[in-house]
Amino acid sequence: MADITSSLAAPARSTRRFRWSTLADHAILITGSLFMLLPLLVLLQTASTPDIETMKYGPGLYFGDQLDDNFRKAMFEASGFSGQNTGLSMFKNSLILGLGFAFGKIVIGMMAAYAIVYFRMRFATMAFWLIFTTLLLPLEVRILPSYEITQKLGLLNTYTGLIVPLIASATATFFFRQFFRSVPEELVEAARIDGAGPVKFFIDILVPLSQTMIAAMFIIMFVYGWNQYLWPTMITTEEGMYTLVRGIKQIVQVLEGNEIPQYGRANMLAIIAVIPPVAIVIFFQSWFVKGLTESDK
Amino acid sequence: MKRAGFTSRWLPIFLLVPQLSIILLFFYWPAAYAMKSSFFLQDPFGFGQTFVGLENYTSLFTSSEYLKVANFTVFFTVVVTFFSLSLALLLAVKADKVLRGAKTYRTLLMWVYAVAPPVAGFMGLILFNQRWGPLMEFFGLFGWEFEMGADYSDTAFAMIVISIWKQVPVNFIFFLSGLQAIPKAVREAALIDNRSASGRFWDVTFPLLAPTGFFLLIINITYALFDTFGVIDTVVRGEPSNNPMTLVYKVYVDGFRGNDLGGSSAQSVILMVLVLALTVFQFRMVERRIHYT
Repeated sequence: MADITSSLAAPARSTRRFRWSTLADHAILITGSLFMLLPLLVLLQTASTPDIETMKYGPGLYFGDQLDDNFRKAMFEASGFSGQNTGLSMFKNSLILGLGFAFGKIVIGMMAAYAIVYFRMRFATMAFWLIFTTLLLPLEVRILPSYEITQKLGLLNTYTGLIVPLIASATATFFFRQFFRSVPEELVEAARIDGAGPVKFFIDILVPLSQTMIAAMFIIMFVYGWNQYLWPTMITTEEGMYTLVRGIKQIVQVLEGNEIPQYGRANMLAIIAVIPPVAIVIFFQSWFVKGLTESDK
Repeated sequence: MKRAGFTSRWLPIFLLVPQLSIILLFFYWPAAYAMKSSFFLQDPFGFGQTFVGLENYTSLFTSSEYLKVANFTVFFTVVVTFFSLSLALLLAVKADKVLRGAKTYRTLLMWVYAVAPPVAGFMGLILFNQRWGPLMEFFGLFGWEFEMGADYSDTAFAMIVISIWKQVPVNFIFFLSGLQAIPKAVREAALIDNRSASGRFWDVTFPLLAPTGFFLLIINITYALFDTFGVIDTVVRGEPSNNPMTLVYKVYVDGFRGNDLGGSSAQSVILMVLVLALTVFQFRMVERRIHYT
């Protein structure tokens, strides 16, 4: 950290003490960052090295030249029995799950939140409680009966069965309810005076106003959907329906292989599973942080 | 509801129908189904069921295996929550303080948020690999023969480290935004009153962060109980046999693998009660927090 020394302006003695504590701060932050980064670096290194070298010497300090080869194997060569689950097919399924989940959750959540906040109706309180009780119990708790019901409905190995049951909680609804309640009340009155009906108000005023919130929710929900594991594990048995994260289970079995396990390929697949959500979170950092930290208010 | 809004009759119903039908179908029905099946004994071959009252529950609480899993879950939850909260708090305080590279640190410390728990578990498998895992070799230097998947406490250790690694970023993000929300005037006043940085931290910053910390406490307990499923499943490679596991993982193992629907449902109901208790506790604390601020 050469840049620490450049912030010297104060008298020598206090500068010296200031420097030591700043140095310690940076040391802690660098250690923390390395702690976070190291596993990914090991994955990258092994994915770039020939498997036989990894097997003999373990992860080394230098990157090899096998990245593109392993990428090709991971993306286009099928693992498993059916020959259907290439990395590409899993990638596609993950994308459908992430996008479908985020889209469904936001549309349904916004509709319900709009009804709850802007309409006077009978059973409003009951609807409210019915919806918000779902915040209390995560899917993991009721996983088995949910599976049985999805099976009864004939939705195993379908995108509907993969996505819709995951939407059955009110996180987005709650989030949009909080946001709609913070929208000034005068807007509704002004819209009504101008003769705008509820549909027009929603589409022309409320949705444009919520753009940032929608973006933030979309990022959070996409990452959440993409990263689902338990539900896809139960609901998809056909290899052509596997998502990347669900496919991890199979990737793990590669590590157990008897001859030379395909470490490079397996680790490359794990990297592919990690890149899209991580990239989104990094690129849209400010929206994402805003969405995340505002959901608790 | 505070606002007047519109008075259409059918529109709100139309708006609510998708949400309500999904939660009725995939939330209330399964939850009710779990409660019902927890009082029945399922025939393993799918031929009907017999009402057994509370037997599923009593056999759980007398099963030494279940109690062992429950014990481990408590231990696991406490350790993961404590370390991921305190590490994140330390990093957030430092990231809030430094001037140079603050943004880079922020990115480097939060990206792991987007890593799926089973992928985190997979990274653990690589790092603790029996043949050449760097961490395994590192522990070997100190004479610790690390055997993940074979040794109970080593496996537990790996699970805990991976779960902490995965959870630090969420806490970091919340703590950092909590710190940045502290008004400048308050910080300056504290700077005048209190010379020592650690004194300032414990007397001013820490109490101001307490609401965030409390909120995170609940989030972390829920995380350790439920979201670590992927980590555990990957670390034990789907072979729970002699390995440590949490209560949620046992619900899955007994129900899905062991075909014991009644016992698994009873476990689900116990977890539901646990989560409800946690939520009620949270609401009461939040009310209190509003009163004094």
